[in-house]
Amino acid sequence: MAAVATGKKRVNRSLSGSLSLFALLLVFGAFMVLPLIYAINNAFKPLDEIFMFPPTLFVRNPTFSSFTDLLNLLSDSWVPFSRYIFNTVFITGIGIIGHVLLASAAAYPLAKHKFPGKVFMFQVVVLSLMFTPAVTAIPNYMIMSWLGWIDTYWAVIIPAFAYSLGLYLMKQFMEQIPDALLEAAKIDGASEYRIFWSIVMPNVKPAWLTLIILLFQMLWGSDGNGYIYSEQLKTLHYAAGQIIQGGISRAGAGAAVALILMSVPITLFIFSQSRIIETMASSGMKE
Amino acid sequence: MGVKWWWSWKLQEMKASKHSYVLLAPYMILFSMFTVIPVVISIILSFTYFNMLEFPRFIGWQNYTRLFLEDDVFLIAIKNTLLFAIITGPISYIACFVFAWIINELTPKWRAFMTLIFYAPSISGNVYFIWLMIFSGDRYGIANGLLIQWGVLLEPIQWLKTEAYIMPILILVQLWLSLGTGFLAFIAGLQTVDRTLYEAGAVDGIKNRWQELWYITLPSMRPQLMFGAVIQLTTSFAVADVSIALAGFPSVNYAAETVVTHLIDFGTTRFEMGYASAIAAVLFIIMVGTNLLVQKLLRRVGE
Repeated sequence: MAAVATGKKRVNRSLSGSLSLFALLLVFGAFMVLPLIYAINNAFKPLDEIFMFPPTLFVRNPTFSSFTDLLNLLSDSWVPFSRYIFNTVFITGIGIIGHVLLASAAAYPLAKHKFPGKVFMFQVVVLSLMFTPAVTAIPNYMIMSWLGWIDTYWAVIIPAFAYSLGLYLMKQFMEQIPDALLEAAKIDGASEYRIFWSIVMPNVKPAWLTLIILLFQMLWGSDGNGYIYSEQLKTLHYAAGQIIQGGISRAGAGAAVALILMSVPITLFIFSQSRIIETMASSGMKE
Repeated sequence: MGVKWWWSWKLQEMKASKHSYVLLAPYMILFSMFTVIPVVISIILSFTYFNMLEFPRFIGWQNYTRLFLEDDVFLIAIKNTLLFAIITGPISYIACFVFAWIINELTPKWRAFMTLIFYAPSISGNVYFIWLMIFSGDRYGIANGLLIQWGVLLEPIQWLKTEAYIMPILILVQLWLSLGTGFLAFIAGLQTVDRTLYEAGAVDGIKNRWQELWYITLPSMRPQLMFGAVIQLTTSFAVADVSIALAGFPSVNYAAETVVTHLIDFGTTRFEMGYASAIAAVLFIIMVGTNLLVQKLLRRVGE
């Protein structure tokens, strides 16, 4: 497990070296965070400030008018906004639950059992980390249409169950569970399924959280591209894109939507940071 | 005789591992359905003419010869993608490490805060459209507004409609987005380096942080370095969303065309599925090939 740094000063640190490194950190930190700060401030700007010249980073007279504009805009659309929220929450929720269960169940034998085909199966998963889903987009569409899943939630949810990064991280994490623990349970007469559910799963809680966040990011940002056509099934991210492309007349509402979209995953990360880093500690590719 | 014996032994072993297969099955079935089989189908389709309406017709290597000999836009796409990968891949990889390394020296509270700052862009739910506002073509865009105010420009520039500016802007935005999973793995890896190694190093005459980095930190983190390389490389070859969101689709004079946008063009707009599959196959080979090469190189580091 992650050895948490003690914060104790190490030897041999030159002051000028430290200062220049931290200066570097600050400059690039500003580059990372300024666009986000701009987006946050934009959401609270009155319309005349959004179109002020010269443009400003910080809001002067903060107002919630962009959010009320957004609400008005959405109450006029023929699909209620709550529907987009429901769609995204549904896709994200089911996708995460299925992925954590399936990926953990598959990771346990890969991490702790010996059986024919194990190395091959794991290598295929590692290989699949090395390419983008775009490579398989066309056959995936064909498979979805054979299954009759086009224009349903399932086309987005079910493939997420078998996302390879999750299985990979979970397997690496499970390898740290002491074998003695599993042996003891076996001697007590527990079945493999029982061992998985009552011993392995509770021991890999930090890794669950990491899988949850990774999948959350993926599904929260998905617009159902190419699979979902009905307006009633579209996601929040898709709706946001439409509003933002609305141009000048919707600049305020667009800024408000951007803020809502980005604040959810960032908040989640703040609460789960230490657990995620604990999981990542075992993320290395074993040779 | 030997083969038969081997098989019966294997079979017995497989029967004994029944539970392992049961646990693996749900994931592996879905994984095959949506990843393995599609790759195979894609490679087969790349040798056919297929328009989704008629049954695929076998045409041999024709798609590939057309791709490399006749398709000028594909050559632009390859050039852009390689340029993109060569610049953003290594820079983002090194940036991930350098920032993780500096952050690791901070106190735990500051470390958590700075990790959040650097990681936030990549998790903020694809909000790169913020950059659309920054590089907006009128004078209300931040970039134009500031440059006009400072007297650098007199007229606003159509940043995302001018060929020369498109690629640099995309590279900038991609770098902004790129401190993701690899970055977290490095932060975590740095915290697991055995602290006694540093003390031992100090005794053995390591003079400064640079030597410490080279002789102790980097070799101890090799597994995470490999993982990070795979993640960064794959993302930098797969650039498409940012290009489409910022430069439009198709972009001005194909200045932001990448292999993936080219694939999307033929796959979803022109319905030339065989041809699009050939593009996918080329991309697949480039990605996996580069990844294996980079892993081989990293394996040698510090040996």
